[in-house]
Amino acid sequence: MDIPKDKLLWIYERMQLIRVFETRVSTEFGKGKIPGFVHLYAGEEAVAVGICAHLTDADYMTSTHRGHGHCVAKGVDVRGMMAELFGKATGICKGKGGSMHIADMDKGMLGANGIVGGGPPLACGSGLTAKTNGTDQVTICFFGDGASEQGTLHESLNLAAIWKLPIIFVAENNGYAESTPAHYHCSVENIADRAAAYNMPGVTIDGNDLFAVYESAHEAVARARAGQGPSLLECKTYRHFGHFEGDAQTYKIAEENEKYRTELDPIKRFKDAVLPRGLISEDELAAIDQRVNAAIDEAVTFAEDSPFPEVQETFTDVYVNY
Amino acid sequence: MAERELNFGEALNEAMRQEMQRDPKVVIMGEDVAGGADVDHLEGDDAWGGVLGVTKGLVKEFGRSRVIDTPISESGFIGAAVGAAATGLRPIAEMMFVGFMGVCFDQLLNQGAKLRYMFGGKAKVPLVIRTICGGGYRAAAQHSQVLHSLFTHIPGLKTVVPSTPYDAKGLLISAIRDDDLVIFFEDITFGGIKGVVPEEDYTIPFGKADIKRAGEDVTIVAIGKMVHHSLTAATELEKQGKSAEVLDPRTLSPFDEETVLESVEKTGRLVIADESHPRCNVATDIAAMVADKGFDYLNAPIKMVSAPHTPVPFSPPLEDHYLPNPQKISEAALGLF
Repeated sequence: MDIPKDKLLWIYERMQLIRVFETRVSTEFGKGKIPGFVHLYAGEEAVAVGICAHLTDADYMTSTHRGHGHCVAKGVDVRGMMAELFGKATGICKGKGGSMHIADMDKGMLGANGIVGGGPPLACGSGLTAKTNGTDQVTICFFGDGASEQGTLHESLNLAAIWKLPIIFVAENNGYAESTPAHYHCSVENIADRAAAYNMPGVTIDGNDLFAVYESAHEAVARARAGQGPSLLECKTYRHFGHFEGDAQTYKIAEENEKYRTELDPIKRFKDAVLPRGLISEDELAAIDQRVNAAIDEAVTFAEDSPFPEVQETFTDVYVNY
Repeated sequence: MAERELNFGEALNEAMRQEMQRDPKVVIMGEDVAGGADVDHLEGDDAWGGVLGVTKGLVKEFGRSRVIDTPISESGFIGAAVGAAATGLRPIAEMMFVGFMGVCFDQLLNQGAKLRYMFGGKAKVPLVIRTICGGGYRAAAQHSQVLHSLFTHIPGLKTVVPSTPYDAKGLLISAIRDDDLVIFFEDITFGGIKGVVPEEDYTIPFGKADIKRAGEDVTIVAIGKMVHHSLTAATELEKQGKSAEVLDPRTLSPFDEETVLESVEKTGRLVIADESHPRCNVATDIAAMVADKGFDYLNAPIKMVSAPHTPVPFSPPLEDHYLPNPQKISEAALGLF
């Protein structure tokens, strides 16, 4: 299917913004600037962006511990995101959530989630709200191959199916649940095959092919908006980094890792698809790269220059009387 | 005109009906809250209206899009209630028995209780979870727990334990209008309790204890069913020449420390009756608070009457032995003189 030029440019910019953001987070984490844990999304950009290309700010999203890419694709401000990772008062959650709980209700982004399988029931909730209010808002429920083994996902698939909720369940199968390969932890080769058990459409696609993701998501989103119920979309992908920063990744196969970082890389494949056909020019890509790099530099400067929250902030945004 | 009396369940039902009439965002969801979904011959009417009939009749007035039967998927529907609350609805979810919270604990502990805080205040979770609690129904270990202490421990949750139909209605309306996640405990033995309940809607503020019986010699702080046992105990104590004040906190989080301290200042003696297991429960929490802030008021050690540190047994003589009762409370009080 043809993607309009302005959308193609948006797609490239968002994918590149995720890549540069995550690469920079890795660097800053290495310098000790970012406290706690980070789980990087680089390598999976085509999934988040190919799906979010069909959304508006009014649509909802639930995410995972690997949620930075989902946020960027949904339009969350990278300055606020970076400041949040640095634990600063200017962070999108005032420095009270951090990497694993980054959220922006104004963008329908209902939070990254530190609990594997924590998101799908929440997605049923935003789906129920949209259905009850009679709007055409959809919810994207991202989850990994690891979460596909959680009971919450199965309960949620069933709930969404019986209530015909406007949800697109997106399995980001990057091959590993932490260090455990999908071929060990999952009873089926394709997670989407499980859709049949819940009487909903299920498709498995190459998640590093932006165009395949875009097209499948188009269909699933249209179905949800039309009130025809949920779908399960499995995107096979790969993460460039470890499960968390600091993971030695001894479980990965070296050749496979190299192949996904080069010829199977989603951004390279996007460029290879658009440049020869003249859909986007080298100059246009270069201009975007420049803008993205400047935005991430600025985000890091903003995060570094921002103050930490006052300790009194510990006691706000929750009921306390003790 | 004689004042109208309702039983406990009727008071709750009226609270939900009035709030659903007032606010279209209020929905009810849970297992068999209507019952008989998709059963043609019921023509949309309920089969059960909840396992104890507390939501009876609501589906007829508000329809199945607002009184939503769920599958037996506690994680799924409690999580969905959290997500719906975060995105604009005001759900009342019914968790049939509090023991089933074990099934969906992550959605409460790590999701519902924490979203507002983790998101820097941008999310709110106006959700009420109504749940049946308490022993005495011969329902055995998984269906007889109180567990309010467990939930009171968790920041981001509010806990409400009404003891009368009047309190039940006013506290439930407050819970529905509250922007935080509220766990609302309904004792399984309260079905037969009747009391005066005004017809109009009214709220009872959280964190305001109620003195159910005024007295001079000993304060009995009692939670839920223990309020009734303590009132019975107070009558017995009266015969022994001791005047007991029975204080019902009504909400455990928030908790009205001030009223407890004022009462202890007056009486100089404190008994706390809590059906919880004895370690790390609300009774120990109140005892610690009074020891810290009201030590000088005390003329005797603080006594706690709780259930033992065992699961709730099934066999009637065992369960009767397990549960706190008026005699245990009055004996504890007399021991302070």
